[in-house]
Amino acid sequence: MAKRRSDIGTLYRGSPGQWSWLAHRITGIAVILFLFAHVVDTAVVGWGPDAYNRVTAVYHNPVVKLLELGLVAAVLYHAINGVKIMLFDFWPATTRYMKPLSLASTGLFLLAMIPITWLMGQSILGSAGLL
Amino acid sequence: MAVETHEHPPTPTRVPGDGFLGYRGRERPAGGFELWSWLFMRISGVLLLVLAVGHVLIMHVLDEGVDRVDFGFVAARWGSPFWRAWDWALLVLALIHGINGLRVVVQDYVRWPGARFAVNMLFYSIGFVLFVLGTVIVFTFDPSRWPGTA
Repeated sequence: MAKRRSDIGTLYRGSPGQWSWLAHRITGIAVILFLFAHVVDTAVVGWGPDAYNRVTAVYHNPVVKLLELGLVAAVLYHAINGVKIMLFDFWPATTRYMKPLSLASTGLFLLAMIPITWLMGQSILGSAGLL
Repeated sequence: MAVETHEHPPTPTRVPGDGFLGYRGRERPAGGFELWSWLFMRISGVLLLVLAVGHVLIMHVLDEGVDRVDFGFVAARWGSPFWRAWDWALLVLALIHGINGLRVVVQDYVRWPGARFAVNMLFYSIGFVLFVLGTVIVFTFDPSRWPGTA
């Protein structure tokens, strides 16, 4: 289907940025919703060791640790993609290389997730009694 | 009989899909509050790159991650004003950055003005309460109130 003239150049429509735009949004929402809970659970430290250690015990549960791995991935993706956004926004000429730069930032994210998954994975399996 | 003519639109200089957005780059707000918001997201983003990514790596990935986090760990860590300042800066910047992000998302998906106002107010209220709670705890936490535990 032919693009209408008004479609041409519309941000994120058919451009390589659309998937990273979506991922940026999803990871951002996930992180801020976790932060709401995290500020409260950390604040419990002000009620003393009994209360706080009961709260942190939740974080030692293997299923929660799996979610924690997802949280780390979300923060990291959002951070790396955010750098890419700033690159495009402050140096627009770099959008000429949008596709390779999108591949590079996604590659950097995936590469960083390898050792992180290795380290956190051991902790997850350990908590599950599988290691 | 009329011959059907196919009109070809002029070749666009920016072909959808090639990604290049021209030398003026992506759209940005023209001015006012939205431009300050745009700028804030990027400045706080750079700071959070250090504060949030550093926090996540230290607390969740390296050196046994959350397995070592308990009351004693926090007491020792917040014995240093450096980490208290780090955590407070992270608290403030992440809350504003995140809730402003939610505002932008709400703008896209919540179209009815009354509902949009209500949803935004809910997030602003949560943000304010968490800012107060977090600030009080970061600056008043004193493990000596529980002797022998830290």
